[in-house]
Amino acid sequence: MDRFVFLTFDGLSKGAVLAAFALALVLIWRAARIVNFAQGAMAVAAAYAGYSVTTATGSYWLGFGAALVGGLLIGMLVERAVMRFVDHSSPLSEVIVALGLVLVMQAVLGMIYGNEFLPAGTPFSRTALSVGDVPLLSRYDLFVFGAVLLVLLGLALLFTRTSVGLRMRASAFAPEVSRLLGVNVGGMLTLGWALASAVGALAAMLVIPTELGLHPHAMDLVFVSAFTAAVVGGLDSPPGAVVGGLAVGLILSYVSGYLGSDVTPMAVLVLLLAVLLVRPGGLFSSTVARQA
Amino acid sequence: MTADDVILQVKGLTAGYGAAPVLQEVDLTVRAGTIAAVLGANGAGKTTLLRTLSGLVRPSGGEIVYGGQPLRDVPVEQLVRRGMAHVPEGRGVVAELTVDENLRLGGLWRRDREDAAKALTEVYELFEPLAQRRRSAGHQLSGGERQMLALGRALVARPKLLLLDEPSLGLAPRVIAQIMALLRQLRDTTGLTVLLVEQNVRSALSVADEAVVMSLGRIVTATSADRLRDDEELRHAYLGF
Amino acid sequence: MSETVTPARETGTNEAAVPRRAPGLPGLLNRSTLLRHLVLAVLAGVVLFLLTQQLDPFRNFQLATVAAYLCATAGLTLLVGMNGQLSLGHGALMAVGAYTVALTQNALADRGITGNQVLPLSLALGVLVTMAAGAVIGLAAARLRGPYLAGVTLAVAVAVPAATVTFDEVFNSEQGLSVAVEPPPLSLGLYFPNERWQAWVALTGALLTMLLLANLVRSRVGRNLRAVRDDEVAARLAGIHVGRTQVLAFVVSAASAGLGGGLLALLAQSVSPGAFSLTLSLFLLMAVVIGGLGSLSGAVWGAILLVALPDLTHDSAQLVSLPPAVAQRLEGNLPLAVFGLTLIVVMIAAPGGVQGLLRRIGARARRRAPAR
Repeated sequence: MDRFVFLTFDGLSKGAVLAAFALALVLIWRAARIVNFAQGAMAVAAAYAGYSVTTATGSYWLGFGAALVGGLLIGMLVERAVMRFVDHSSPLSEVIVALGLVLVMQAVLGMIYGNEFLPAGTPFSRTALSVGDVPLLSRYDLFVFGAVLLVLLGLALLFTRTSVGLRMRASAFAPEVSRLLGVNVGGMLTLGWALASAVGALAAMLVIPTELGLHPHAMDLVFVSAFTAAVVGGLDSPPGAVVGGLAVGLILSYVSGYLGSDVTPMAVLVLLLAVLLVRPGGLFSSTVARQA
Repeated sequence: MTADDVILQVKGLTAGYGAAPVLQEVDLTVRAGTIAAVLGANGAGKTTLLRTLSGLVRPSGGEIVYGGQPLRDVPVEQLVRRGMAHVPEGRGVVAELTVDENLRLGGLWRRDREDAAKALTEVYELFEPLAQRRRSAGHQLSGGERQMLALGRALVARPKLLLLDEPSLGLAPRVIAQIMALLRQLRDTTGLTVLLVEQNVRSALSVADEAVVMSLGRIVTATSADRLRDDEELRHAYLGF
Repeated sequence: MSETVTPARETGTNEAAVPRRAPGLPGLLNRSTLLRHLVLAVLAGVVLFLLTQQLDPFRNFQLATVAAYLCATAGLTLLVGMNGQLSLGHGALMAVGAYTVALTQNALADRGITGNQVLPLSLALGVLVTMAAGAVIGLAAARLRGPYLAGVTLAVAVAVPAATVTFDEVFNSEQGLSVAVEPPPLSLGLYFPNERWQAWVALTGALLTMLLLANLVRSRVGRNLRAVRDDEVAARLAGIHVGRTQVLAFVVSAASAGLGGGLLALLAQSVSPGAFSLTLSLFLLMAVVIGGLGSLSGAVWGAILLVALPDLTHDSAQLVSLPPAVAQRLEGNLPLAVFGLTLIVVMIAAPGGVQGLLRRIGARARRRAPAR
């Protein structure tokens, strides 16, 4: 029973990170109708930038900030320099170009930092605090929850309460009409990529210390899990991505806790297939777009 | 007609690709403070004309002079800042946004926040039904309400020239009459210029000052609306009734 | 085997072939696709046979590797290029073929079964098992489109190598298995170079794959594949069973990948999850895109690229003297960077790939010829 409780809290903490990463996928999907397969590599690149700053200054928080800013810049660059020029008539080309980006970024990171796992520090202790005799949550888990919650609230406010958010939503739903109304649709798209990439970078900063460490491939499995989470939520729905992320985090925590961590990738595959085949619309999606 | 009067001057405008361009050597002059109707059958090039004017379609030849300045290479999103508003075919109401969000979207570009808010209030006063449905999503509106929303959203920008694509499509005659009356009122009170693309010839001619008839991408006649309405022979020749 | 598959060319040759040509070998070749492909395959076989006699062992090994990759890239070209289904999991399918061949070879060797029938048997088993795996993925894939399919196949690419750890009694985890492979048959002589024998085995597999795929592409099935790719609704209206066609494409494609994986296992005489990582899947996709998705010939360019590019970057990295640690990082990663960059540039600037470029150059030359 203790173990179950521990795994539940651990799963929620993992799930919070997956939720953030899935949310980043949903942001770009809504803005550009692209599943950004390069998001894992982009987030890792930002995390490496943070690592460099932390190593140079000795401050975790400076590195943390650098990773977020790095995420913004990488997202901006990817949209401006690459994605903008891709032929959008076939969905294949966007996926393929994103995969090309994955290869390039992982290779460049490997050249600069080497292909070994680098230790990634945490600002707070990862030893679980106990209530009674039951270990529940570490301070770091609380930090993870707080950071993800803050981002969720920030994004919700941005999209529903500000004029930039209104412009971004309008550009995504109706680009041509938005241009006629004076909205800089291209700029909103760039902003969307930058924001999503920064959220992805945050997720990477949060999750990497809890895994094996920093590595060019560190986010590969996280990407697949977050994609599953986004699909569970319906790809179109930010709240769906959050719930999907938590659900996937819980399931993976139980699987790895009771069956072994090496079963996790298999579990992700089975879960993804199950969701896609049983509920093709996702659990939260209002539109059915999987066959489009 | 003095040069100051002319708000829009189109010369030799050609657009589209291949052997049969959608627009061929279109010449058009629109005077400020008038309603000009563009008539013609389906596929005559009316919608393409509007889309070319607002920059959505890149012309392959010719010149557009708006407010005394050529519009070559002016991005679409800049035109509304120069006073040109385009209500596209199908109205372009963003179905996922609420009525209020749609309307606010029309004035987001404006620096003068105070006047933008004032324009919004005025639109709500002008269109009672919209004021009652501020929080409804665009997809919940009726056809008439959508047309009001699209028009209102354009008016929030306080345009000088309004490009209006088939406002009567799918609406009841009573609603069409209201919209036409509103256009006339805006022309008379604010000096708004309207370029009105219509298949509904009777409604369009009931408010228009000038009329052009398009066929197969060309302008086949340009005359006063009165003349087209009253001269049976002319009407018969160009409009077929 | 250099047929392009644009419908225009297809009808062009058909019209030209039927009534006007006088009977005779050229006419016959034009009329029978199978015969033409057969002649081409035999010709290619003869040329390659002569080539293997000339090459040194290292180049023969490279040639064998190209042949193994060609099976996989040709299968992937069929799936992505002709049927419009994206797979990021073909590296994993190669792993299925490779591990099946490895386990079969070792099982047969343990039981003391040797002889000429061993290789075909284990390769056939590898193909069959991979086909079954392909059918499972294909059944799911037929219900999915675009990014969803890409996501599922990506999950396959990540999950399959991890499964070798989960079932480590069979697959021996990260270390992988060594594969018992017999030396070249004694009938070839005592000192026959092993690499040349490997090249023969792999090339035979590749030529067979190309022959079968080329015929499939030109058959009614091939037309159905392309019809489904171009417009599913229209294909359905034309009486094509869309789902079945897509599953078929996946199964055929998986069979080719399985053969390629099995051949790789024989060449390397070992299998490990590291050799069939996500990166391999991405490499395969990159190879077929750069080679050109429009035709099977593109798969040839892709396979050559897969072997040649790391080689080239290795050589060019050696030209500049670097500290060993830096050199090691560069060597492992430079090919990846070059691959990725090429992929992006090709997708944006030349979606037809190498084969598309060649065809365009060819068309220009032909257009110029009559003018003179």
